[in-house]
Amino acid sequence: MTGVGAGAKDTTTISGRSHAALADDFLRAAVRFTTDRLKDRKRGATEELGRWEEWRERGRAIRSHTVANLDHYLRQFVANARAAGAAVHFAADAQEASAAVLGIVQEKQATLVAKSKSMVSEEIHINSRLEEHGVRVVETDLGEYIIQLAHETPSHIIIPAIHKTREQIKDLFTHDGGQDLGTDTKALVAFARSKLRETFLAADIGMTGCNFGIAESGSVVLFTNEGNADMVSALPKTHIVVMGMERVLPTFADLEVMANLLPRSATGQKVITYMSVITGPRRAREVSGPTELHIVILDNGRSSQLGDAEFQDVLNCIRCGACLNVCPVYRHVGGHAYGSVYPGPIGAVLTPLLLQGEEFADLPNASSLCGACYEACPVKIPLHDMLVALRRRAAQRKAKPGGVRVDRERVAWSGYATLFAKPGRYRLVTRVARIVQAPLARDGYIESTFGPLVGWTGSRHAPALAPEPFRDRFSRMKQDVKVARQNDGKAAESDPR
Amino acid sequence: MRMRVALFVTCLVDNFYPRVAESMVRILNSCGVEVEFPPEQTCCGQPAFNSGYAQQARVVGRTLLEAFADFDYVVSPSGSCAGMVHHHYPSLFDADPDETRSARELVPKTYEFSQFLVHVLGVTDLGAFFPHRVTYHPSCHGSRLLGVKEEPLQLLAGVRGLDLVPLPHAEDCCGFGGAFAVKMPEISTAMATEKADWVTETGAEVLVGTDMGCLMNIGGRLRHMGRSVRVMHLAELLHEGMEQGRG
Repeated sequence: MTGVGAGAKDTTTISGRSHAALADDFLRAAVRFTTDRLKDRKRGATEELGRWEEWRERGRAIRSHTVANLDHYLRQFVANARAAGAAVHFAADAQEASAAVLGIVQEKQATLVAKSKSMVSEEIHINSRLEEHGVRVVETDLGEYIIQLAHETPSHIIIPAIHKTREQIKDLFTHDGGQDLGTDTKALVAFARSKLRETFLAADIGMTGCNFGIAESGSVVLFTNEGNADMVSALPKTHIVVMGMERVLPTFADLEVMANLLPRSATGQKVITYMSVITGPRRAREVSGPTELHIVILDNGRSSQLGDAEFQDVLNCIRCGACLNVCPVYRHVGGHAYGSVYPGPIGAVLTPLLLQGEEFADLPNASSLCGACYEACPVKIPLHDMLVALRRRAAQRKAKPGGVRVDRERVAWSGYATLFAKPGRYRLVTRVARIVQAPLARDGYIESTFGPLVGWTGSRHAPALAPEPFRDRFSRMKQDVKVARQNDGKAAESDPR
Repeated sequence: MRMRVALFVTCLVDNFYPRVAESMVRILNSCGVEVEFPPEQTCCGQPAFNSGYAQQARVVGRTLLEAFADFDYVVSPSGSCAGMVHHHYPSLFDADPDETRSARELVPKTYEFSQFLVHVLGVTDLGAFFPHRVTYHPSCHGSRLLGVKEEPLQLLAGVRGLDLVPLPHAEDCCGFGGAFAVKMPEISTAMATEKADWVTETGAEVLVGTDMGCLMNIGGRLRHMGRSVRVMHLAELLHEGMEQGRG
C-alpha cells in the first residue's frame, strides 16, 4: 500500500507513477478534453444506429465463439493466408516476434521501415529492436509520429498522443522541421504529410498491425482514418503484418458487425475512413502491392487465457479504447501511469495476465470498480469482475509458500471476518470503536491526520460513528403503519408469495 | 398473508447514518409496510470480496443468508450492497448446496430502496414537499450493476417544490470504491475533487444519492474543501419532505 506522500519518486507502482501525472495540469486537461469529446461522439453514433445493446450482444457472441474455437479458426486463417501467397510465422513471445521481424528486415537488407499504428508492435518493442540494428523506423500515423518525435510511448490505444497539447505538438514539429509552424492544425498536418510522403516512397518495408484476420479467406483487415496503412502496405516491396493470435474472425459477415462496433466505440464514427482488406501479396496481373507478405502471429501470454473461465473473454477485446475514454482513473492519470503498453481498464487486466511481472501486480488495484468500462465495452468484457478476480489471484499468490511472509491485508480482512461473522462480536467491536473515537470526534466528523486510513482522512472529513447504531434504535421505534397507499394505481398489489 | 419485509441496513448506515434507516422505516410505514430488522445481519462482505479476499467475504456474507431466510422482501439503502448480493452471491456461495440455495433465494427478493418503492409498492409520489435546489449523483453500482437508473428520478419528480438540476458528468464515479480510496488515495481524491467541483457548480443546496458510501466520500470531500452543500440520502430527503408536506 502506498500512502499519500510516498509516491513522489516511486515508479514501480501505478500509485507512484500517477503522482507525476496528477501534478501535470496540461496532461490532465488534454486527456479530459479528448475523452469527453470521444464519449460524446460515441453516444451520438450509437444512438443514431439504435439497438446498441443488441449490437453489443452480437459482438460479444461472435468474439466469444471465435475465441472458444480459436484453434480451428486460426488454423483456417493460416491455411488460407498461405494459399493466397503469404508467409506465416508463429511467435511464442515478444522476443520471438521481434526476432522474426528482424530476420525479414535483415534478409531484405532494409534500412527504412515505414509503420502504421499498431499496439501489438508496441507490445514486442520492435522499433527499438530494429533501431539497435541500424534500421530507421518511421511511424506514419499522425499521433504515433508525434509520439516518436517526443521519444515517448502511446498513452492511449486509439489516440497515442492524447496527452499532448497543440502547443507541445507545434514545438515538436518545429524542432523537427527547423521552422516555426504555428499551432494551426492545417499547417501541422501539412508538415507531417510532406515528411511522411517521402517515407512511404523510400521505405524498403512496410509494417502494420492487424485489426482482424478473416479465417474464411486468410485476409488481413486494417482500419485507419489517415489512409497511411494503405500506403505502408501497398508501396514498399515487402509488407510485414504483426497480429495478436486472437484477432481472428470467422467470416466477412462477422467483420460487418465489427465494422459497426469498432469505429463507433473508438471515435464515435459511423464508418471507418479506410478499411483495407489484404489477401496475399501482389498477384501476377496486379500492378501494385508488395511482392512479399509476411504475417507474424504473436501469442505472448494469450493462449494461457484460453480455457480459463475467469479470463478467457479478455481475448474478445477489439482494441477500441472505449473503456479508457469512460474510465475515471484514466481520466485523471492518463496512460503512462499504467506503465505498460496497454493502459486503462483493459490494460489493468491484460497487462498482468500477459506479463505477470511484479511491476504490474498493483494495476488491478487502480480501479474503483465503477463498471463504466464494462458498460462501454462493445463486446461486453466484464472488466470490473476480472479486476476483482485478479485481486483474488494476487491474494492467493501471497498466501502460497514463497509468497510474502506476512500479508498485512490478509491479516486485516481476516480480523474483519472474525469480528463481522457473528452479530454479537460486531456489536461489541462497534461499541468499543464508539468509545475510542470519542476524543477525536467533532461535530459528527473525525478530523485526523494520522492512522491507517490517513489516505482517506488527509483529504476528506470522515464521519464519526453515530452515538447509537440503528440496530439499538430500532428496538425502540414504534411503527405507525398506514393503510397501504394506492396513489399510483398498482400499489401493494404484488403477490407476497 | 401479510408480506414480510426485512431491512438490510448495511454496516455503514447502521453505524454511521442510522437516520437514513429510520427514514426508510417511516416511509415504508406510510406505504402500509411494517418493517422488521433481523439482528443477525452484519455486512454483505463486499469490502473483503472486492479486495480479493473471497473466503473472508463468505464468512461475513453468511450472516445475511441467515438473517433474511424467512422474509419475502429485503430492502437496502444501498445499491452497492444490494448489488453485491445480486451480482456475486450465487458464485460466492457455490461450494455448499444449502448456501447455494439460500443465496439464489436471496437474490430475487433483494431490492434497493427506490427500486422497492417504485417496482414493488408502485409508489412514486409520497406527498413530499421539499422546496430546494437539488442535484442527484447516480451511484455506479446501483445504476450499473443493479440497473437502478430511473427510479430515484421518478421519486424526486414526485416531490413538490423540488428544483432538480442536472449534475454534469453525473455518471462518473466519485472515487470511493471502498478500499480503493485508501489504497490509491491520490487518484481517489482527484476523482472526489472533480465530483465535488461539479456538485458545487450546479449551485444546488442539496446533493442527493442512494448510497451512503459515495455520499460519505463526496460529502467528506465537499466539507474538506469548505463547501456548504448539504448531502442527503434519498430516503432522508423524502422523509423530511413528507414531514414538511404534512405540516
